[in-house]
Amino acid sequence: MNPLILTLRRRPEQRLDLSQLVPHRLASMTEAEIARIAIETTRRRIAVGDAFRLRMGDAQSIRIEDADDRLDQVGEGLAGGEIIVEGDVGSQAGRLMTAGRLTIKGSAGPWAGSGMRGGLIEIAGDAGDRLGGPLAGEIAGMRGGVVVVRGDAGGGVGDRLRRGTIIVEGRAGPHPGSRMIAGTLIVRRTAGPLPGYLMKRGTIVLGEGSEDLSPTFLDCGVHDLVALRLMTAFVREHSRRAAVVLGRPLRRFAGDMAVLGKGEIFVGGED
Amino acid sequence: MRQLTANGVRIDDTFAEAFHMRATALVITADSARWARQAALTMTGFATSVIGCGCEAGIDREIGKGETPDGRPGVRVLLFAVSTSELQTQLQRRVAQCVLTSPGSACYAGLDGEERLKLGNALRYFGDGWQISKRFGGKHFWRLPVMDGEFVCEATTGLTKDAVGGGNLLIMGRDARTTLAAAEAAVDAVRAVADAIAPFPGGIARSGSKVGSKYKGVPASTNEAYCPTLKGAVESALDPEIGTVLEIVIDGLNPASVASAMRAGIAAIAKLGARRGALRVGAGNYGGKLGPHHFHLKDLLP
Repeated sequence: MNPLILTLRRRPEQRLDLSQLVPHRLASMTEAEIARIAIETTRRRIAVGDAFRLRMGDAQSIRIEDADDRLDQVGEGLAGGEIIVEGDVGSQAGRLMTAGRLTIKGSAGPWAGSGMRGGLIEIAGDAGDRLGGPLAGEIAGMRGGVVVVRGDAGGGVGDRLRRGTIIVEGRAGPHPGSRMIAGTLIVRRTAGPLPGYLMKRGTIVLGEGSEDLSPTFLDCGVHDLVALRLMTAFVREHSRRAAVVLGRPLRRFAGDMAVLGKGEIFVGGED
Repeated sequence: MRQLTANGVRIDDTFAEAFHMRATALVITADSARWARQAALTMTGFATSVIGCGCEAGIDREIGKGETPDGRPGVRVLLFAVSTSELQTQLQRRVAQCVLTSPGSACYAGLDGEERLKLGNALRYFGDGWQISKRFGGKHFWRLPVMDGEFVCEATTGLTKDAVGGGNLLIMGRDARTTLAAAEAAVDAVRAVADAIAPFPGGIARSGSKVGSKYKGVPASTNEAYCPTLKGAVESALDPEIGTVLEIVIDGLNPASVASAMRAGIAAIAKLGARRGALRVGAGNYGGKLGPHHFHLKDLLP
């Protein structure tokens, strides 16, 4: 079955809210009905048909072509099926996802995967700040699923991570895994200062360490743990490059002792 | 009793009477096959019969390092009990005392299924607050700090209510040497069958029992009808030329695995032949009144 294809006509003059364009919402709609969906974020009305050329297909697979970083909330609430984006996206891509797969072949703006509970997000380029993190006023960030970033991630990646796995194949900005509640964050290359800042529980793996590790993390020595081997098999399904980091002994730091102190940061790069 | 013959070995026209059981399976891994095997052997020790051990357990098969969750050598173990609560109790005690304690070990679910038994969820308290919960790939694990690193244990394992216990073969021979040779050949064949175990020592029992006793409070006692030294004194089931009887008891995760194991055992005995092995093969039953599963030997001939 052919996918439902939305091709952006031109770079929009305002940011667009694409949260309605998910398979379970479009499944029973006609082409005309889809074209009438309002996606504006200002007082000036814009419908799907104004911004996109629409080619109907199976709504379980949606393809967004010539995408632009003014497209916000792509795949928000995705509950199954697949969305493939050719190009960049704006903020909150895949926010509150529960299942399905969101593939972004460019880069994503801030809060990608925010509050997601399940499914898989793959970002071929870079991710903006607070990947998987909560919006203002929310207690927890990502609560399940997997996010893979092939490039770099911005600051605060995995902020208030509650459950699930974030894999960054490149570098991460400052405060990766800040205020983590649980879950797993893997950064294959270097991370910015203060990883795991105020984390309570959870696991952070930094393949090449961090610019500045807080003194509230305590060195527990170098270990070759079965748990990391177990994790390797899972991570390899999503990122062979990140799995390599887990396949060798890593130095374990326990913390953040400024709070509960039941979290851990594994640091590689010593061999 | 009508008798059939396979390669000179007489096969009784009778059946093994077996019972519903609850069962689970584990995969135990370690840094080497030796230590995975050691943990499995320790865990399945003193688990020959539910009559006195609480459960019946044994090694199903060894698993290569490419097939285990953590990429290390492993062993799959099966446990059987008469109730879910007893199975939970035995599982928890045996993993805690025999697997958690074994160097380098880890323990994972060896059976899928909707119904679950607590594994790491019960053992995590050994971590005294330092235990770590990890979820990935749709599975939940516990990491407990121990003196050689960490004990990794999956949170739960599957439970099956389709399991069958009490499949059996009575191997009757001229003397101890030839009868044991036949029994050993049968056990080797039974062990090659997936999802089935022979829980007695080396897979073989020499003290087949009947239900009850002349003594009050003794639940099982010797099956005198199959004791060669009582041939002339009791209503014996043995022919004059039978000098030794050994039994293989088989438990399986489902009726088909028990039938396959019994079939494999009979084939191995028949292959060895009457001159080098057993003269006759029978099976134990209670007249068909107690166990819902009847495995007729005539249906399992090679």
